[in-house]
This record gives sequence, C-alpha cells and structure tokens, in this order.
Amino acid sequence: MALRQCAIYGKGGIGKSTTTQNLVSALAELGNKVMIVGCDPKADSTRLILHAKAQTTIMSLAAEAGSVEDLELEDVLKIGYGGIKCVESGGPEPGVGCAGRGVITAINFLEEEGAYDDELDFVFYDVLGDVVCGGFAMPIRENKAQEIYIVCSGEMMAMYAANNIAKGIVKYANSGSVRLAGLICNSRNTAREDELISALAAKIGTTMIHFVPRDNVVQRAEIRRMTVIEYEPTAKQADEYRQLAIKIRDNRNFIIPTPITMDELEELMMEFGILEQEDESVIGKTAAELAIA
Amino acid sequence: MAALTREETEALIQEVLEIYPEQAKKDRAKHLAVNDQSLEKSNKCITSNRKSLPGVMTIRGCAYAGSKGVVWGPIKDMIHISHGPVGCGQYSRAGRRNYYVGTTGVNTFGTMNFTSDFTEKDIVFGGDKKLAKIITEIEGLFPLHKGISIQSECPIGLIGDDIEAVAKKGNKEIGKPVVPVRCEGFRGVSQSLGHHIANDAIRDWVLGNRDGDDSFPTTPYDVAVIGDYNIGGDAWASRTLLEEMGLRVVAQWSGDGTLAEIENTPKVKLNLIHCYRSMNYIARHMEEKYKIPWIEYNFFGPTKIAESLRRIASHFDETIQAGAEKVIAKYQAEYEAVIAKYKPRLEGKRVMLYIGGLRPRHVIGAYEDLGMEVVGTGYEFGHNDDYDRTIKEMGNATLLYDDVTGYEFEEFVKRVQPDLIGSGIKEKYIFQKMGVPFRQMHSWDYSGPYHGYDGFAIFARDMDMTINNPCWKQVKAPWKTDASSDAVKVAA
Repeated sequence: MALRQCAIYGKGGIGKSTTTQNLVSALAELGNKVMIVGCDPKADSTRLILHAKAQTTIMSLAAEAGSVEDLELEDVLKIGYGGIKCVESGGPEPGVGCAGRGVITAINFLEEEGAYDDELDFVFYDVLGDVVCGGFAMPIRENKAQEIYIVCSGEMMAMYAANNIAKGIVKYANSGSVRLAGLICNSRNTAREDELISALAAKIGTTMIHFVPRDNVVQRAEIRRMTVIEYEPTAKQADEYRQLAIKIRDNRNFIIPTPITMDELEELMMEFGILEQEDESVIGKTAAELAIA
Repeated sequence: MAALTREETEALIQEVLEIYPEQAKKDRAKHLAVNDQSLEKSNKCITSNRKSLPGVMTIRGCAYAGSKGVVWGPIKDMIHISHGPVGCGQYSRAGRRNYYVGTTGVNTFGTMNFTSDFTEKDIVFGGDKKLAKIITEIEGLFPLHKGISIQSECPIGLIGDDIEAVAKKGNKEIGKPVVPVRCEGFRGVSQSLGHHIANDAIRDWVLGNRDGDDSFPTTPYDVAVIGDYNIGGDAWASRTLLEEMGLRVVAQWSGDGTLAEIENTPKVKLNLIHCYRSMNYIARHMEEKYKIPWIEYNFFGPTKIAESLRRIASHFDETIQAGAEKVIAKYQAEYEAVIAKYKPRLEGKRVMLYIGGLRPRHVIGAYEDLGMEVVGTGYEFGHNDDYDRTIKEMGNATLLYDDVTGYEFEEFVKRVQPDLIGSGIKEKYIFQKMGVPFRQMHSWDYSGPYHGYDGFAIFARDMDMTINNPCWKQVKAPWKTDASSDAVKVAA
C-alpha cells in the first residue's frame, strides 16, 4: 500500500491531538505502520503514544546542536505504542521567533533524512489550531498531506474554524493534490450535534466521517499519558476510535471543498438554534438607548 | 545633434511608453515629463516615490540600504550590527567609499561587517538573546567603540523580535548608546524610507543625549555639515572651505563622522544640508526642537560653490562674509585654470544623469561650468520636493524621468544621443557597450572627491578622460559602414 499522508486541522482546544493519537493507535492495532508529526510548538502531539510529558523536538535539538543539519533522524524519531513513530517539530516560546518557520524546517528535515520510508502506511500531521501563517500550511502543500481531516464540534467557533480551514484547502487544492477527506465530530454534547455537523459537511462537499461521543475514559487515559486504546482496550470509546480508524482506512472520498459564506454558515446555525435571528435594530445602540426605545 | 524641442521630447516620451501594456503605460506616464521652467511645483508634471513596477529593472535599494548603507554606516566610531542573515551586511560592505580617518578595528569600524548571521534556529526561536550576546561580545572585543546601532534586516520585522528591549538592556550593560533601527528592507518603496527611519532613530536615541550639558564650548560660528557622506573624501574638500571662511565645523553627518559630533549638533548655530533627500528630516527636527535654522547648499562646481558660500555667509556677520569672498578669491585662479584647460575639450557636450539623493540636480552646475549641458535627469528615490528643486536647474524641454526603467533609459539615450551618461554600476556596462561614455556617479567611479574646489578639478579631469578617451574611436567595428552603425556614437 502506498503511503497515505493525512493532516488533522481544527480549532484550538477541539481535541485534535487526543483524537489523532487515539485514531493512530487504533490504526496501529489494525496492523498499520504509522508516524505522527507534531506541528505545534507546544509539542503535545505524541505524549499519549510515548507516555512522555513532551517529546524532545527537532527544533530544540537543532538549537542545541547549532543547526538542523547537525541532527540525525534517530535523534528526533521516537518509537511508542504499537510501533508508532513519533516526531515533534517544536518551536519557540509563545511571543518570540517564528513557529511557522519551525514547522517548515522540521518537515524539510524529515524529508531529507528519509523519515518517509516505504514501510510506512500512514503519516499524520497534527497541526496547531489556527493556521496563522504559511508555515502551518506546510503540511498541506505539494507532496505533503493529501488528505485533510478537520476536527470540529457543534459549537459556533469550531464550525467557523472548520469552514475557514476548508477555504485554506481550496487555495492549495487547485494547485496540488491536497483534498478534504472529512469532518470528525468530537462531541461537546450540544443539541443535534451529529445532524448539524453532517449538514455542514454536506454544504462544504464532504461527509462527517465519524461522530466521536464524549466519554470521561478519554480523560482518565490522558492523566496516565495513554490513549484509550492502550489504557482500556475494552472500553466502548476504544471501539469508537477503532471505527474512526477503519472509516479513515477505507475512505476514498477526497474532494476539493466548497466552503460556504459567513451568511450561509450563520443561516445553518440559526436553523439548528445555535444562533438567534439577528435583530439589526439593536446594532450600535447602548443599553441606555435601548431602554428608551 | 541639436536639442529636442518640447514637442519632440513629448513625442519621444509617448513613443517610449507605447510598448507598455495599458496599466503600465498609465503608471509610467506619470513618472516621465518634459521640464518646464515656468512651473513652481513639480506635482503638476511628475509623480515620484511610488512602488516600482515588477520587471522594470529598477536601480533602487531598500530601507536597510538607506539606513545602514547611507545614514548610519559612515558614523565611524560606532559599530553597526546588520541584524539578520549574513548577506545584507556582507554584500554591501565598504561599497560606498565613505572615507574616514582612524584605525579600523580599533577605534573606527567603517569597512567592517558586524552581523548576527541568522540561521534557521534564530528565525524559529527569535534572535533577541543572540543580539544581547553580540552587544556583550562587541564591548569585550572592541572596547573603544562609542556605541552600537542595530540595523534590522527583513526577518526581524517578520518574527517580531523586540530589539528595542535588547537595546535598552544593552545600553545599561555597556553604558554606551545602543540604537535599535527598524529599517527592515521590505518597508517602503525604496531606500528613501530607510533614510527617514534612520533620521528618526537618531532623533529618538541620540540627538538629545547631551541636552542640558553645556560642557562643550561653543562659538558663534559653529555649523554642522548634514548629508555629506564623504564619498571619495567629499566632506573633507567641503569642510576646508567652510573653515577657511571662518566657520567651525562641529559635526559631519555622517561621512567621517563620530557619535560625539552627532550628539553635539544641537549646539550649532546653523545646519548646512547637502543631501536634502536623506537628511532633511533631522534638520527640520532640529529647527523645531532646538530652533536651529538650516539651509541647503551645493558644492559642485565653482559657480554653485560661490553662490553657496555667499548664502551660508549671509547667515553670519561681516567677518564670515568677508571670509567667503576671501575663499572665493583664493581659489579663483585655480578653478579658472581648470575651466581653461577642460572647457575647450568639453564645451557643448550633452549629459544625461540618473542617480540618487541630491546629485540629479546638484551636479548640473558643475557640468555647466565646463560648458556642458544636462539634457535629461532623474531620481532613483526622490520625492516631489526634489523635483521642485530641479525644475529651475534644468533647461526647458529637457527630460525628467523618475525611477526610470532599464528600457526607458536605453530608449531615451538612443534618441537623445548624449555625449556622457552618469548613473550607476548596473547601467554602466550597458551604455558603454552601446558606445556611450559613462561615469558611475554613485561612488564617483572609484575617483573623487567631487565636492569643493579640489573636487571640481578632479571632476573636470574625470569627465574629460571619459568623454575624450580614444577608446570610443575604436567602438565601431571595422567592417561596418556608417549607415549600418546607427546606434554607435563616436565622441570627437
């Protein structure tokens, strides 16, 4: 099987890293060879696989060694649960330097060092929540990830973010092979969440590939720096991740998304009662003015 | 050939514009004009200080070039850190020929390159710590330096390094001025914004350093030379004249200049501006804050020199006024001999210029003193106040071209057929290959000085040896007839 490169995007705090690591563990359980590339200066994309606090990153090692050319692949590549290969790009403390450039440097390094070998079935890029600059779009550029999964929930801002990411994909899809492969709904237990995300997915031309229910076992596993798959393989939640893994393994629905306008998105949210009908008469009015009216 | 009429010049501009696509034609048309001496304001005829169009082979530099290369770089006893990757500092190192006196590497640093030499990890993690370390190391290795400036290259602005905080900390640590300059190359449309940013940095971080300190003894005749970069020794040739007329030159900005001179400038009586474009900002500031008047002067060629000396003297008492006359009289025999020698060889020769700063208008008088005529001129990065000052200097119906493109310049030259072109290094070989004598007028073609009476003698000699060089007689291939070598112009 040819190597499939997938990137996971989504609003910050939506559960990308947790979902990715559980999903990857399930894929490994199914016998796939997988690598995770963490593209976030926080470097928390592999800790559940490695049972570590935070993996030593490519950029921090490069800073120590003097330059990234001084590093060897084995310095940065760690093997964790299920033989999963783990790499973190790393980057600066918040407020200094350029994290985006860190991602570019790290991915270039992995390519040059031959980290993407023939034995791998999947590479997953776990990318910082907000694609703030070109660096964080690195995984979706030419010859990198071809499949993008967006993690979202039925909350307003998560859906805004999903739609915006779809816009970013369009930009690169037209010049390369990157495609949107589906939305993963990481449930926040909002009303009619699965229907809403399915509707959003349909509007932007894709599907909700799986609805991952909320379950405290995820947190219990996290405290132990483990995935649910490893911590409690018999839990119902573990099966959810296994289903997600199978769906992604068998997924062939890769499309150029058709992101919707802000108005359409708000309409959709109003339909599902997330957003109230806007009362334009109150815009720009102070409390005092409204009291008189 | 005879001078073009106004109609012919207008037709030439139209003809040259013809080849452009619609939008480019519209944009470029605003930058080309036929000079009209009756105009008071240049905005009636020409647009300047706009973004260059892609693909036009502009001659312009960047904001970093304007700050590090022009304004700050020549301050000889400071160390100027090119903050960012190594190239900006290294490829511009010592290229401007700002002469200075001192022991390089000990008490002066003009031709050295100090850089933070950014690599990937500095971009990713930020360069503030490295910069702080460099400041400490400079203090240890070069203890006689008087201060440090941090010249930002592009990445500094992109990654948001806090160089101001590092500068303040560095200043406390070494007890000398450390000046952050936000002259990232991508800012603005040319080096011109870099000059402005550099002026502002001097204003904010240096100029007030000795406010309230009266230990520097002043005289009623104190002046500062502002905007002379001492290229090939220009400032020295100028300073001599000012001193001979009885003035005391307290500061040279910034050719062969020192930090102390800059700091003492607020104590002078009059600021003398040579390069208006790059330093008018600080002169205006000193006028506002310290009530120091400023005047522009021009030390190219005896006519302009005499005019300028008298104008400068008019701001002082009779001693200085008499001094000015004495200086003019003293050099009269010398410059008349220069004119007598070279004018017969250069009379009637026509010149086209395309340069930066003050030169597109300031050197006109020097050519005229030699009986030559400037028939086209333009500024790389001028603003409209530069063109305002140019209209009266140029003859009617001559060409004005702003941020001229490679194509336009060549076409103009083909048609106007000047006897000499003065422009930059990129233009030099193109026009020489076209058979047109050329002087590189940024660094005086490795000659100079050209300022002052001393400079005029060298200027005249250089123009003569260029135009009347026997090589131009050999340009025409022996197998070509006159009819087939139309573009080739052979100087007499």
